[in-house]
Amino acid sequence: MSFLELRRVSKSYGAGAAEVHAIQDVELSVECGALVAVMGPSGSGKSTLLTIAGSLEEPTSGEVVIDGESLQTMTRNDKSRLRRRTIGYVFQDFNLLAGLTAVENVALPLELDGHSAKKAHAAGMGALEELGLADRATHYPDQLSGGERQRISIARAVVGERRLLLADEPSGALDSTNGEAVMRMILGACKQGVAAVVVTHDAQLASWADRVVFLRDGRVVDQTVPPPSPEALLEESSRSGPRQ
Amino acid sequence: MSVRHAILALLSEGPKYGLQLQKEFESSTGEVWPLNIGQVYTTLQRLERDGLVESDEAENEGTQKGFHITDAGSTELSSWLNTPPDMTSPPRDELVIKVLSALRVPGVSVHDVIQVHRRYLIELMQQWTRLKEDEADFDLTFALVVDAELFRLDSVVRWLDTADGRLKRAASEPSVASTGPRLGRRLVVRR
Repeated sequence: MSFLELRRVSKSYGAGAAEVHAIQDVELSVECGALVAVMGPSGSGKSTLLTIAGSLEEPTSGEVVIDGESLQTMTRNDKSRLRRRTIGYVFQDFNLLAGLTAVENVALPLELDGHSAKKAHAAGMGALEELGLADRATHYPDQLSGGERQRISIARAVVGERRLLLADEPSGALDSTNGEAVMRMILGACKQGVAAVVVTHDAQLASWADRVVFLRDGRVVDQTVPPPSPEALLEESSRSGPRQ
Repeated sequence: MSVRHAILALLSEGPKYGLQLQKEFESSTGEVWPLNIGQVYTTLQRLERDGLVESDEAENEGTQKGFHITDAGSTELSSWLNTPPDMTSPPRDELVIKVLSALRVPGVSVHDVIQVHRRYLIELMQQWTRLKEDEADFDLTFALVVDAELFRLDSVVRWLDTADGRLKRAASEPSVASTGPRLGRRLVVRR
């Protein structure tokens, strides 16, 4: 079942001769538990697609449906609640609050949603433990490495009952080892049923996804087909074999 | 992957039998490249002929013959390990030729051609990535082989992305759109 659907979504900025079409007639469907990567060059509309999918921006036309409910019919308060409870965001520059510890950062969305500080803290610790970050709970962001900061921001994005994770270049500033760790965490969340969209220009990150969608000039131009089993790849590799 | 030098590397640890070399070769390449026993013995015969390994006479008929590396074999191995492969000139790459050819064919969008290849490469990368998804399932050598393949494919995708962007800029700035060869810029291409 699709958890996120974009139906003929377009977004334009400006008007007349100065009008710029950021995305046009984008169709996208992401099932529960699926990881979809969106690839495209700078300016292809990747980030716009993500902010519209996350209800941070309104489309000029088209419809966004999350968990069977159209955002068009939601009030401003409904959307705020959706953003607090259902959607987790991961940004390239982490967006952790410098004055809060790791666990306080992770617990913050729950506190803002009305949970008691005690309950939010317990859920935050639970998320950190699940992601192997419990020993960093009392560290402040400036006491953490870039990779750790991003992993904390993923914990924050999945804490509570979040079911949609939207990540914009989540490993843009990280080396390949930390980038891989970040993708493993996102994949782990998907295995728990979270639907995830990762926007990236990095083919190695995108290759973790079940499906890769290609954007060019604001339009979806192509997407990968589900890959055959990796064993087929090893058989092919065996046939080519080592050389003498 | 050079079987000849991989066998020398395995023998540098100590004397070994043919069957042992086959098993250790497969395990040292993460079992990505199986090696049949015939290949092992053919290679050992050639190494022995070249004085790089020596065989121990089997004590009894039917007993496996052991092999050990000679001083000349150790020198050859060290030289091979420290000699970078020839990468001074670009290889004659079929994908590069396809993209360059697409520029000349009327009615063909080079961007569409690039996308076909980009998608194919990323589908391949998805398969390689699946292989390392379960960390408990792969050992260090296998991870190194998978990483090497992913980085190789990634570099080709990056080239396609760069070519795509360069061609788009060239189309909007005709002054830099020349596709003809320039004097003094001809590259020597490996065949």
